[in-house]
Amino acid sequence: MAVESFVQDDDCVPLTGAGGTAPSLALLVRPRSAPEAARAVLGRGARGVVARGHGGTCGDAAQNAGGTVLDLTGLDRIQGLDATAGVVVCEAGTGLDRLARALLPHGWQPPLDLAGGLRPAGRRGPGTVGGALASGGLAGRLRSLELLTADGSVRTVRPGDPLCDATTGGLGLTGVILSATLALRPVETAYLRDRATGFRDADALLAHWTGDAPGERHARAWVELSGRGRAVLTTAEPVPYDGLPRGHRARRDPLAPPRSGGAGGLRPLPGLARAHALLPSGLRALSALPAPAGTATGPGSGPGHVTGTSAGRSRPTGPLAALGGFGLPLPGLPGLPGAPGPVGPFVRYRCAVPEGREEALRGILALLAHRRSPARAARHARVERVHADGTGPLAFPVRGWCLALDVPAGARGLGPFLDLVDERVAAAGGRVCLAEDARLRPALLPVMYPRLDAFRELRAAHDPRSVFRSDLARRLGVWKSWE
Amino acid sequence: MKDAFGAPQSLLLLGGTSAIGLATARRLIARRTRTVWLAGRPSPELAAAAGSLRALGAEVRVVPFDALDTDAHAERLGRVFAEGDVDLVLLAFGIPGDQTRDEADPAAAVRVAQTNYTGAVSAALVCAAALQAQGHGSLVVLSSVAGERGRRADFIYGSSKAGLDVFAQGLGDALYGTGVHVMVVRPGAVRRPGTAGRPGGPTATTPEAVAGAIELGLRRRSETVWVPGPLRLVASALRHVPRPLHRRLPV
Repeated sequence: MAVESFVQDDDCVPLTGAGGTAPSLALLVRPRSAPEAARAVLGRGARGVVARGHGGTCGDAAQNAGGTVLDLTGLDRIQGLDATAGVVVCEAGTGLDRLARALLPHGWQPPLDLAGGLRPAGRRGPGTVGGALASGGLAGRLRSLELLTADGSVRTVRPGDPLCDATTGGLGLTGVILSATLALRPVETAYLRDRATGFRDADALLAHWTGDAPGERHARAWVELSGRGRAVLTTAEPVPYDGLPRGHRARRDPLAPPRSGGAGGLRPLPGLARAHALLPSGLRALSALPAPAGTATGPGSGPGHVTGTSAGRSRPTGPLAALGGFGLPLPGLPGLPGAPGPVGPFVRYRCAVPEGREEALRGILALLAHRRSPARAARHARVERVHADGTGPLAFPVRGWCLALDVPAGARGLGPFLDLVDERVAAAGGRVCLAEDARLRPALLPVMYPRLDAFRELRAAHDPRSVFRSDLARRLGVWKSWE
Repeated sequence: MKDAFGAPQSLLLLGGTSAIGLATARRLIARRTRTVWLAGRPSPELAAAAGSLRALGAEVRVVPFDALDTDAHAERLGRVFAEGDVDLVLLAFGIPGDQTRDEADPAAAVRVAQTNYTGAVSAALVCAAALQAQGHGSLVVLSSVAGERGRRADFIYGSSKAGLDVFAQGLGDALYGTGVHVMVVRPGAVRRPGTAGRPGGPTATTPEAVAGAIELGLRRRSETVWVPGPLRLVASALRHVPRPLHRRLPV
């Protein structure tokens, strides 16, 4: 009998990404320690193993049909903090929100950049340290990581080592990240000052943004795809202690984590007058903005003005809701903060366009917002600036622009339409984020990731028997050349 | 692997010369399908079908497969799954038979039943086990509206499809939660060479329409698909028509 029988196990569960598309069955193992994880890797079946965190990315990178999936959320210990040097050692399954909450009283913040390839959090959680590393975030602040390799041994690798570079953004195909040492960013208070600026359209936004010299670390824009095509740019910066208003209650305990919810990270400074409060619904939020002429900023958005655009205020409560601020990925739900995400399965399209190809970015935005485009079902696209290239061969970040949108998977004609957008992105020298991808045409992978062969060679050297496999690797033929 | 829209990358077509099967293969090749396995009795038509799909850019391989030779199913189909994952198995073989002649020739009637029902049961079970082992994939079973209620005009064919339909529904429930998706497709009378002489009417359809419905059903992970869609309501109404009246209806 050539067909192998398959004994169903209670631990076999159908898994999907946050998008809820393309489920596949895998044996889910939840190790509590590094030796347990090593045992699971060595005791894998014929279809390999891959690690998984909160399952917050939308694609199939953390699925392994018919194989083993390691749920690393049991490895969630913060192992050490050097509060003077600002270095933390934590296990891969540590939630980013928990890490942020634990670090805040010590005056440190996880080194998260919105634009560093890190996704906005899905409805499943803000993600884990290991997940952020595997999808290409945090890379700039990584000191070292412990990697469980195919032979069951644990290696400590540092940036500069090809294996380490390939692991950041490597989608878990080089090994299982067990723990990471990260350099932190100091903060004086738990607050940030944010500001929203409205623009008539995406062109006005890009004109303003390209002309803006100072590097705004926490900046993100939303562009309306349906409707009038307006855009909002939100920026935020941490508030130093001296920047807290005199007599403000925040002065008493500037580093206190938020009391309610499981929050961490910075949050907007409360209790000050707001020029405009944005409402929960994304569309209403946009319409609440003044209709600006040209690049005129919204009322009261001069220096020192504090608004609540970025977080916290109007969001539904829950463990994610209080995770405010720009220092961490926004909970949510696509579109503007607080906007409800698509109901049912959705596809997250996230792509990068290099600096200098703004005309291509404009073209893609125009294509997305075209009258007959199925992407209009997403209602908003998020645009971010990326300030540095990623290091690894499969790292997503490209210095320039990052565009993301969540479209309901049922939108008519979406598949062929996104293939068309892929062509435009590839022609502009950009790429699609593999961590969020669930639908890329395999032939485009070597075009978008020209260093794919280096990744394949490294994999062949470290994992000749293809122990680490995922649905994404199968679908895109990551380790076999695709004609 | 299937993508977020349920578009498969590899297809196993059981009944490699089926008009609906080939129309579906052409449609899927235009999306993501790169590998096609055509299973069928070796014949010039099968080779021609393989050639036509190769011309579209797919890598096509032919597997000798006979629905009546159920003993060989496990070995033949097992070889296909051993070569790599199969994202979609399309069970499209079946013979319409000749009702008037088969009524007088029980052996021919048995052949219809064996091809359409027992052969399909065997092949579907073999494929279901293999899909379950790989943890993903879809099994699409071509049933027929003829299996919905016994009709004077085609009850031999209809009864075989009725059995297959119930089998596939139960198999779908058995595989629920295993990552494997089973979809039953119930087309109306399909206008194709084999059924040219049959009554058409508003419930008639074409292989291309069935292929489109299969693609949509894969995207939505539907469990039952009627082609054309309104046929579902027609069949539901016919199910409740009293027999003396149903006997007289020109359906």
